[in-house]
Amino acid sequence: MELGFLIGSIVKILALLAYIYGILWVMAQPSRWVKAGGLVVAFGIVQLGLTKFGNIQILNSFDSGLLFQASAMTMVALGLNLIYGFNGQFSLGQWGFYGIGAYTAADITYRWVNGDARGFVVVAVGTILGAFILAGIGKLLKKIRGVPVMSAFTLYLIGSIAAGFVAVMAGKLLFPVFQPLLGTNLEPGILATGIPLQVVFFLAVILAGVFAAEISFLLGIPVLTLGSDYFGIATLGFTIVVNVLMVNSDTILPFPEMKGGRGMVGIPKLTTWFWAFFFMIVVIVIMRNILRSSTGRAIMSVREDETAAKAMGIDIAGSKLMSFVIGSLFAGMGGAIYAHFIGFLSPGSFDFLVGFNPLIIVVFGGLGSMTGTIAASFGWLFFLEGLLRVLLGQMGTEAPTWRYVLYPLTLLLLMLIRPQGLLGTVEWGFLKAKEVLVRQKPKPASTDTPAVQA
Amino acid sequence: MQQVSTPSQTSLPLVKTHTRLAWVGQLFFIVLGLAVVYILGKNLISNPTLFANIFISGLQLGFVYAMIALGYTMVYGIVKLINFAHGDVFMVGAFVSYFAVTRFNLHQWPLAVFPAIPPMVGVVIGSISVIILSMLICIMLAVTIERVAYKPLRDAPRIAALITAIGVSFFLEYFGALNFVFSPRFIPYERPFEVVAWYIKGGIHQVVPGTQPPDGSITFSNILLIIMLASVLVQIFLQFLVKRTKIGVAMRAASYDKQAARLMGIDVDSVISFTFAIGAAFAGLGGVLYAIAYSSIWSQLGILPGLKAFVAAVLGGIGSIPGAFVGALIMGQAESMTMGYISTPMRDAVAFTILIIVLLIRPTGIFGEPEKEKA
Repeated sequence: MELGFLIGSIVKILALLAYIYGILWVMAQPSRWVKAGGLVVAFGIVQLGLTKFGNIQILNSFDSGLLFQASAMTMVALGLNLIYGFNGQFSLGQWGFYGIGAYTAADITYRWVNGDARGFVVVAVGTILGAFILAGIGKLLKKIRGVPVMSAFTLYLIGSIAAGFVAVMAGKLLFPVFQPLLGTNLEPGILATGIPLQVVFFLAVILAGVFAAEISFLLGIPVLTLGSDYFGIATLGFTIVVNVLMVNSDTILPFPEMKGGRGMVGIPKLTTWFWAFFFMIVVIVIMRNILRSSTGRAIMSVREDETAAKAMGIDIAGSKLMSFVIGSLFAGMGGAIYAHFIGFLSPGSFDFLVGFNPLIIVVFGGLGSMTGTIAASFGWLFFLEGLLRVLLGQMGTEAPTWRYVLYPLTLLLLMLIRPQGLLGTVEWGFLKAKEVLVRQKPKPASTDTPAVQA
Repeated sequence: MQQVSTPSQTSLPLVKTHTRLAWVGQLFFIVLGLAVVYILGKNLISNPTLFANIFISGLQLGFVYAMIALGYTMVYGIVKLINFAHGDVFMVGAFVSYFAVTRFNLHQWPLAVFPAIPPMVGVVIGSISVIILSMLICIMLAVTIERVAYKPLRDAPRIAALITAIGVSFFLEYFGALNFVFSPRFIPYERPFEVVAWYIKGGIHQVVPGTQPPDGSITFSNILLIIMLASVLVQIFLQFLVKRTKIGVAMRAASYDKQAARLMGIDVDSVISFTFAIGAAFAGLGGVLYAIAYSSIWSQLGILPGLKAFVAAVLGGIGSIPGAFVGALIMGQAESMTMGYISTPMRDAVAFTILIIVLLIRPTGIFGEPEKEKA
């Protein structure tokens, strides 16, 4: 039974890897129609597996849970890979942004379902206004040369607080407008039906990402000036601070619906395979396109050699901040997906110890390999859960602990034997850099060197 | 290709020429500082005895942190590695003393072997032997970790070593949480000696065991005195070791420039091992004293004290031994004041906020040397 389960898990992981390869292959096709069709087929295969035909369901609820978790984890890990793998900034703050995204999105939809649109209005107005204010201050500061980091940070902070204040006021003013439209739980208004809820969920995921990104912008301005491992410690501190604030969300922060350390219950379970797949593909495409652009090359050059990159005229601070903000955006979106899949948020799942998981995934998959990260996120979750089940049969409640004993050991072995990760910088299909056609030099007539094909 | 050892304040768009807007950032910190001073001052005036009690508990915490912070600061000074596993060595120290006291009654051996000696002397010798056992086992553990996990990565990028350190730390925590090792539960710790508490109210009186000290009195216990004594002794010993002995010179040389030290005939690898051993010994001592003071241990005991001790080391100036001491005392006070005047869970948040602020204002810490570029 256990052996069968183990073999089944391995088969599933292999099938998943083939599936990921298939997606990446399809997306690399030149024709737009093939691309779109291939993605629809890729979506449909899993959707079929998730659908119930009488008694037969290929992927049970356990597997679907793993799938959703894996797709959320993919987003988080891709974001971390952008920060650490591609830009070389060792960040442990990803889990904090993940938590921020999860709680923000959960607050929006929870309030919406309970006939209160204020969460949505406040976050929407706050993030949009905040983005404008931050961009405006950024433009202003560019005109004045040599602004110290802390002064810039203080200005940004004041701007963000102002935006937040305006957002709260907007929420108060707009509340009477939404109140009759949403209705009460007993008599739902026009906005409380299914379709607006899906729209709100879609917006909530994006707003959660943007909110996390704005927080990361504020944090990144001062903290990114630190050197490599100090940056890691400072972001670790950020994760711990976020976790403490989550525990105190109903006492120190004014959010009674988050219920502090007892955990937030009653979040509508809105994540379907469609949304998980959609956002995952969006994140993959955005990140791939960034990395293959001049921005991405600037980001990667910072990892290779800061001094040389500076000499080439690259804005080092800008690239670092850019990768940090985009990575946190992905983390926030992943958190939103996770929150609406699990339906219950507790500060314990955003503990900084759990926060090492994405780091482990990124290191396993390969620093600077998107394919490796995607494959590792899926493979890791399935392997982990599969292993957990097999071990559970044999040693009862100790299995989770054994799991955490085994993977630091694996991590150690990996660091000692293959420090660049399992896949190194190998990329598959869509993520591979396009082969550039090099103009052939006219061959000299008498050549005795063998032609080397690049 | 070696990276700069101290965090560089170079990367973001700050050209040092024009600083017209510098006052905005300074204002931020001034307002922050004034707010802290205001809150503390108000509380000091309204209830001085409460303030004194909080101060004393902060002192106790700070001296324990000082012992852990030494290991961090010395290891960082030499190999430029944040040794995450140090906090777990501290935890192992606490558990070794727990097993020694509860399972094997090691603290009673002098009285069992020589029944004639006075009980007071017997308890002292017994407790010291428990501490020495913990220190020895911590030394063995730390040297093993260094040899197995860190040494092969000496020339790898710094982050690879840091990830390895995190891996070692995880391994110790979760291996310790297994049932046949330390078990994942909180374990009540049995002290090897009795707690004697005193209170100050018109002179020093001893608290009668089983009763509460009268209201409005400042209390302290022998544990506080022992921790302070141990911590100060460790400081003096380390100052002597680093400044006056041959191995101390070797340590300083290795931390300054490993290549040159090697050329001068210093065995850098054994110096590094020795540094790990010294740090681990004090972590073990700190672990025993922490367990005695707070009388409850579990397998993840080491994480947060370890991280806070690291913060203390950064605050004092990483690589500096008196810096670690002063930083730890400040951290202890900050944590204790937060617990007393804001709320208990916020203490972690405040500790790490302090870290971020210190790194921003003065990344070299209070006692740190001015930044110098290394080749």
